[in-house]
Amino acid sequence: MSTATALAGTRTFRPPKLDRRYLPVLGTMLVFGLMLVIGGLRYDNFLSPAVISNLFINNAHLIVLAAGMTFVILTGGIDLSVGSVLALSSVITATLLNAGWNVALVLPLAIAAGSLLGLGMGVMIQYFEVQPFVATLAGMFLARGLCFVFAPESVPIRDEGFIALTNWTMASGRWRLTAAVVIAALVLLASWWVLHRSRFGRTVYAVGGGEQSATLMGLRVERTKVMVYVISGTCAGLAGVLFAMFSRSGYALTGVGMELDAIAAVVIGGTLLTGGTGFVLGSVLGVMVLGLIQTIITFEGTLSSWWTKIVIGVLLLVFVILQRILTLRRT
Amino acid sequence: MTRIYKHRLFWPVVALAALLLACTLKRPDILGISVLDGHLFGAPIDILRNSAPLLLVSLGMTLVIATRGIDLSVGATVAIAGAVALTFIAGSHDPGSLGTALGAVVVALGLCLVLGGFNGFLVSGLGIQPIIATLILMTAGRGVAMLITGGQITTVNSAPFAALASGFLLGLPVAALIAYGVFIVIALLVRRTALGMLLEAVGINPDASRLAGVKSKTLVFTVYTLCGALAGLAGLIFASNTMAADANNAGLFIELDAILAVVIGGTSLAGGKFNLGGTLVGVLIITTLNLTVTVLGISPLVTPMFKAIVVIAVTLMMSPRLRGMLAGLRERRRYQEVNA
Repeated sequence: MSTATALAGTRTFRPPKLDRRYLPVLGTMLVFGLMLVIGGLRYDNFLSPAVISNLFINNAHLIVLAAGMTFVILTGGIDLSVGSVLALSSVITATLLNAGWNVALVLPLAIAAGSLLGLGMGVMIQYFEVQPFVATLAGMFLARGLCFVFAPESVPIRDEGFIALTNWTMASGRWRLTAAVVIAALVLLASWWVLHRSRFGRTVYAVGGGEQSATLMGLRVERTKVMVYVISGTCAGLAGVLFAMFSRSGYALTGVGMELDAIAAVVIGGTLLTGGTGFVLGSVLGVMVLGLIQTIITFEGTLSSWWTKIVIGVLLLVFVILQRILTLRRT
Repeated sequence: MTRIYKHRLFWPVVALAALLLACTLKRPDILGISVLDGHLFGAPIDILRNSAPLLLVSLGMTLVIATRGIDLSVGATVAIAGAVALTFIAGSHDPGSLGTALGAVVVALGLCLVLGGFNGFLVSGLGIQPIIATLILMTAGRGVAMLITGGQITTVNSAPFAALASGFLLGLPVAALIAYGVFIVIALLVRRTALGMLLEAVGINPDASRLAGVKSKTLVFTVYTLCGALAGLAGLIFASNTMAADANNAGLFIELDAILAVVIGGTSLAGGKFNLGGTLVGVLIITTLNLTVTVLGISPLVTPMFKAIVVIAVTLMMSPRLRGMLAGLRERRRYQEVNA
């Protein structure tokens, strides 16, 4: 793939060949487009602004989770804790707000809780050589247990400042944007910038491509590998705040299995679990595909909710086999 | 003394002993066993019985991890096995007969073999990463279980099937006899023959072992199939325990508990070596932990936190770096003592 870009650079007047790296993302885009077309043809009002707006509003937290997860998976790691950290952050938000704390203090605290857990897991992985799977599994259990220490029951949020934040919407015709969607978009923009425009992002790709080579090149591998878990934890903390805004409550049992949705979104978005290849914008497309499956099944009406899981599973299967074929052809 | 301290099961066994000690301190008579109606009763027997499904799943998981794989789909397989068995019994003419119960067991186990084989094919045949290959069934599996039960919690009455979890044989619970029996058979099979070594060879380097004449693809396929079947057996015990097929909650997080048990037992997720005895200790720790939390009067909802603490403690104590740091501390202290 790198030869393709090199050739495109030397022979200036040849139209640049499509980089093979983009193929999985293009596949996802194709599926997304197909789903939109099929949905539009089958159901009235499917392609309405309200439905598309809701797609973003309902999945804002998942977009943030998937963005953080992309960093981790790009280095070849995995983060199973994000669902529980999301719940923890939403529970912290709700409990502290109800205790009369100021919003401006509570939200950073809730996000920082995620960063702190991420830091702990990153240190376990990098300095104590615990496998990412095990370390983040421990983090997942720890965060879930802590949720119940804070609040075993669902905590409704009544704080006026917070409610004002959740009520803020921007509407143009029937298009709607909530504060959560705006925040998710900002996170996305920041992730894209960090991954593709910063030295740190380049190191992330380098670590995923080959850790030893990255070390030999003098890149700061250790720091980067800890940082990606901090980023993922921070994103999970932020996603928890977004979820609290979405549901206006904090509940210890939210986000069970959400880490799998995030991983599925990243994989469907074309990022290889072995690391080194993938795009954060692809992950967002993955989230949108997952959201669209849900929407279509709701529109279908007669299909039961469990079909969502089966369809996501089948879609995962197709994408994984597709990726496998692509990587086989490359080598 | 140092040999005991250095043994890889030292810290897991210490953790298990600490949990049991915590129980005994709260209720001194808890570890007693009494005989009632010719059956053995008591907390240790309960631990044996409750550990049965997790032991079966962890057993398959250990072998899968030995080949440098992982199976995330066992929880979904547990749910499917229960759903199939109970739907089969509910749909038969004579739910109470022994033949129906046997039929349900055979059908459920057969399907789980196929599901395990599907995972095995994805991993060994197509060469897909184990995490993602089994994630597919993990996601879709609960949907399939819901499809089988029609989204309802199927409940049945069948005495022979119920005996699987609550029955007693020779004074011991049937579930425990099955699980520990399977454990002994598999332990003998992999450690008294070359099978265990071959599995480890595949885990260390699949290509090299293939070149050395090990049928690595067949082995990997077999291990995933076996893991599916064992998860199915665990699912039958689960279903028989409640006599209700709950597609959403049966075996929820059992894959994570099983991986924890394997890791606590000192088997590395990097593959290449495995320790069935360690897995047994890991399973007992997790089952005892549930008991300890209840005995100490802590809300069972907080249990995940204690699991996390046990895992973090055990993995850190086993990590080479911390051991090196501790050894360095001891050296320095000895050096200071000599100098002083």
